[in-house]
Amino acid sequence: MSSYTANELLAVMGARALRDGTTVFTGVGAPMMAAALAQRTHAPGLTMMMEGGIIGPTWKPGELPISTNEMRTAYRAQMLPGITDAFLLAQRGFMDVGFIGGAQIDQYGNLNTSAIGGSYDKPTVRLPGSGGANDIISLCREVMILTVHEKRRFTERVDFVTSPGYLGGGDGRRKSGLLFGGVSRMVTTLGVFDFEPTSRRMRLVALQPGASVEDVHANTGFEVLVSDALTTTAPPTEKELDILRMLDPAKQFIG
Amino acid sequence: MTIGPKEFDFHAARVRLEGKAKSAGEKLTTLDDTVARVRDGDTVAIGGCLYSRTPLALMWALLRRRPRALTLARNLMSYEGEWAAVAGAADKLVTSWMGIGLPWGLSRIQREYVESGRIEFEEWSHLGLGLRFRAAAMGVPFLPSLTMLGSSLMDVGGSKTIECPYTGATLHAVPALFPDIALLHVHRADRFGNCQIDGYPHMDADIARAAATVLVTAEEIVSDDEIRRHPDRTVIPGFAVDALAHVPYGSYPHECYALYDSEPAHFTVYVDGIKQRGAAGVADYLERYVYAPRTHADYLALFAEGARRDAATRARMLTS
Repeated sequence: MSSYTANELLAVMGARALRDGTTVFTGVGAPMMAAALAQRTHAPGLTMMMEGGIIGPTWKPGELPISTNEMRTAYRAQMLPGITDAFLLAQRGFMDVGFIGGAQIDQYGNLNTSAIGGSYDKPTVRLPGSGGANDIISLCREVMILTVHEKRRFTERVDFVTSPGYLGGGDGRRKSGLLFGGVSRMVTTLGVFDFEPTSRRMRLVALQPGASVEDVHANTGFEVLVSDALTTTAPPTEKELDILRMLDPAKQFIG
Repeated sequence: MTIGPKEFDFHAARVRLEGKAKSAGEKLTTLDDTVARVRDGDTVAIGGCLYSRTPLALMWALLRRRPRALTLARNLMSYEGEWAAVAGAADKLVTSWMGIGLPWGLSRIQREYVESGRIEFEEWSHLGLGLRFRAAAMGVPFLPSLTMLGSSLMDVGGSKTIECPYTGATLHAVPALFPDIALLHVHRADRFGNCQIDGYPHMDADIARAAATVLVTAEEIVSDDEIRRHPDRTVIPGFAVDALAHVPYGSYPHECYALYDSEPAHFTVYVDGIKQRGAAGVADYLERYVYAPRTHADYLALFAEGARRDAATRARMLTS
């Protein structure tokens, strides 16, 4: 078995979850690498949209974008509709999958990228904010989250819901007015999770290669459900890793 | 609730616009004269996005005038927000995200100033802020949307929901944001202020319609005929523009689509200054890059010789 980094693992597992002929709204980092990998393996007909207002780019190897709205992001794009209109395409229902990166996460898939501790006006740690994450999680048909699995990230209750998963669980999301979508899958460095359909609590459905259920429990700040049909993911292949390393030779995003 | 009635008062905004001279005449003036229109306490909307087509020359000229108590609104706030905070020019930042990008980590200035309560930070989702400008551009007090619903963002900015009068659905009534000032940098304009933008439009066209006073810098001033040859490329009508200045490299070292790439190495030097000396790193940077150079050309001359030419070469390669 070849060795790989945490970000390579996330990109490979994210890529495998994408289907050919669909649309994906993706941020930079591991989600972007996952979409680019899928495009070069099983999903050549995958159309990417980025929040900088870019549709259908085909990124140049070695020239990957650092932000969602720079020239590299738009390389060989099909359309540059502008930021507001890109999000409105998602609100209309054109985006099959939203793909976002890590944050502070709770058992219902709510994300906090705003403020930790203290009061909201004078927090202990001020984080950058939502950017497009709230919009992606609110408006896409389904959302997948890719994140490193660390205990400090997975907390029973987030201090602030920047981006809504299933809110308080059950039908909380629908009751809030969010009539569509939801977090369908969370891919971490330890496992793949879904959200149990009734309670909407995070549930382990597959372990990453070499990880154990105990690892997951030990690195999560709340009780994780475990599926009766627990499986193990197949490790990244040489071909998948070769493509990622060809795309990102400087290891900006996969290192 | 952090939004104020002035921000969504569409009636007052309309009256203010009607009361303003919408001249089809000459708009071309000096960079310093454009920003002389900004008053202390104004809400200033900044065009571009993060380090793309940022109106940095306008920010440079504005900060040199030592303004106070500004509110700055930008969809993704880059280091111009840090400049304004450290310069004591802004009391409040309105944005969806603040930083430079993943490689540079969290904004230490945002952390220091917000965590200590020295500056007010009002956050929206990216679309939320986009719709605030769009609503104002349309001359209405709000736009219905499905975004931000259920999140804590609804509780901190002053957002309200409405029941859809047709379907009964719960909708976010995203409040308009009518800024006093818009700062925009475009690829080309004629001297009457008709503006064309290449590549990403970002939110500039909405911001130009939303603001009471619109200040523009252009990479190139072209003839009336040149604009009329491609009117489909004009995204801001001349009658919406109050003052225009010709500033080549007006976003540098941020990028301008197809013309020049950004300078990430410069961002790293800037951030290293903050890592070493906190806000004093920004204060030193402002002294060297903003207050000391007497003209924008002097500012550009502070960057390494040949850097702009290389940035232009990279931009051509990335867009051809």
